[in-house]
Parts: sequence; structure tokens; C-alpha cells
Amino acid sequence: MHEWLAILGMMAVTVAIRASFLVFGQRLAFPDWLNRALHYVPAAVLSALVVPMALAPGGTLDIRPGNPWLVGTLVSLAVAFKTGKTLLAIVVSFVVYGAMRWLL
Amino acid sequence: MSEARNAFIEGMRDTIPMLVGAAPFGVIFGTLAVGAGLSSAATLGMSLLVFAGSSQFIAVSLIGAGAALPVIWLTTFVVNLRHALYSATLLPFARDWSLRWRWPLAFWLTDETFAVVEHRFRSRGSELGECYWLASSLAMYGNWLFWTLVGVLLGKSIPGLANLGLDFAMVATFAAIVAPQLKKRPALGAACAAGLTALLARGMPYKLDLMLAAVVGVAAGMLLERAPGRKEADHA
Repeated sequence: MHEWLAILGMMAVTVAIRASFLVFGQRLAFPDWLNRALHYVPAAVLSALVVPMALAPGGTLDIRPGNPWLVGTLVSLAVAFKTGKTLLAIVVSFVVYGAMRWLL
Repeated sequence: MSEARNAFIEGMRDTIPMLVGAAPFGVIFGTLAVGAGLSSAATLGMSLLVFAGSSQFIAVSLIGAGAALPVIWLTTFVVNLRHALYSATLLPFARDWSLRWRWPLAFWLTDETFAVVEHRFRSRGSELGECYWLASSLAMYGNWLFWTLVGVLLGKSIPGLANLGLDFAMVATFAAIVAPQLKKRPALGAACAAGLTALLARGMPYKLDLMLAAVVGVAAGMLLERAPGRKEADHA
């Protein structure tokens, strides 16, 4: 029940956003500050999700070099930063993570 | 009639690279969602009804962490707000189309379809644009549903796949998406501020720490953008 309520609410929110201008026309105005703020939403939200999971995977801070979450995340960041290839970064970092977790 | 068909085929064809790009994420999403405890029906339902990849990933991690509904909805709003920009950008082309076109095209508006449609309209004009746009939308939609289903079947047939580190795959995905954006200093500042806030505030009830971190991050990005020595410094 909870999951379906979550989904229906997500749908309502997303449809409203997408229909905003296309359906309701230019009676809506997009203030400049909001326009600029939107540029930073993906970086902010994704970092807010990634950093605690990388640095504190078990809930407590773990910045040892033996923390596979931390090392894997850094590898993913580095590969994506260098190459711009998302999928490559995921695969390479996953291999590193897996090696640290199951081989070491 | 055949011109409409040509525009439709053109829209499908131009969207093919986007389909290939989205496919693995559909699989990862489906697998992760069932691994996080969502039912198969709800996982497919989310792809069917919400149809917004990044917000779906985030929602799954929020639902898995027991976040409250308003937090899930608010996060979806923040993450998907960029679609309002697309909606506004494409409005001049769609202004004269009937609502029977504009509603469904709005429902299916994704990053990928926006990129394809906006490029076509800008470079080759918007003639028969509704057919072109519809084709791109349907291709993306069918593709996303199909690969979500593949991911669900994969996740169901190999139970414990999530314990095999697929929860890490989500973090790796987010990190890979965010990394190229960090080349610009305000975005880097936004990421650091949001990450640090999330780390310090972790464990707040209902995942409110995520909302707090997002707000702090966006504010940091906007402040850095205005910092002197950057850009035209707002003649301040």
C-alpha cells in the first residue's frame, strides 16, 4: 500500500511538472533564480545520497582505505570524471568493489 | 499521411542512441527495486506511471530506507523540476496543437526525448513535430518498460542479488552521473556542501537529511556562482 501511494504521488508530481508549460501555457512564469537553482539540484541530491553511503556504509564513519564502498565510489567518480562514460565507470567501480569485498 | 509516417519513423530512428543508453539503467533499476523490497508489480508500475529514471532510483533508495511519503514526493518534485524547463522550451512549437496531443506528450517528456526533439525542431523545424515527438516518446516508454521488466525478472530469479553488492551499483551509478558535472566550480561546491550536510545530518527521521542537504547544496552552488572573479560578477 505504502509503495503504491508513493508511486501515485510521484506520478502526480511528475505529470504536473511536465504539463506545466505545455498544457497550461505561458501564464506560468519561470523566475530567474529558480532557473539557476535547478542547475545545482542533480549535483546536490546525488551527492547527498552518495557521500553518506561511501563514507559511512554501516552508519558510522569509516574512512579506512579498506572500505570497499569508499574506494569503489572514488573509482566511479574518477572514471566518469576522466572519460564521461557513465556505464564504464559503473562497471569498473563494481569490479573494484567486488574484488575488495570478496577477494581481500 | 505518409509524411506523418515518415516523421514518426524519423523520430524513432533519432531516438535509437537514447534507447541503447537507457537500457542498462532500466535493468539496474528493475533489479535494485525488487532487491530493495518493492513488489514486481510496484516496480513495473513505477516505470509505467512515473517514467522518470533518476527520480525512480532515488525513490527506491528512499522507500528502502523507510522514508515518509511527503519526503519521497518532495524529493521527486525537486529532482524532476528540470522537466518544467523542457516543457517551457518546447511550448512555442506545441502552442497550436490540441490538448489531446499536449497532455500525452507532456506525460512522456523525458531528458532523452527533450534532447532529441529540441534538436530536431531547432535544426530542421517543427513540421509534423507531434508525430516526431510521439514516436520518440513511445520508443523511450516501451524501451524503459521492457528493460525494467528484464531487471525485475533478473532480480527475482537470482534472489540475494542485492546482497551481492547491487546496493553498491546504485551508489556507483549516482557517482558516475554526478562526476562530469563537478568540472564547474559552483556545481562542485554544491556537491561538497550537500554531501557534507548529508553526512553530518545522517539518520534524521523520514530521510529529512536528504532534503536538508539538497537545499544546502543548491544554496552553496548559487552563492559560488555569484562569487566575485567568477563570470561577470553581476556588476556588484
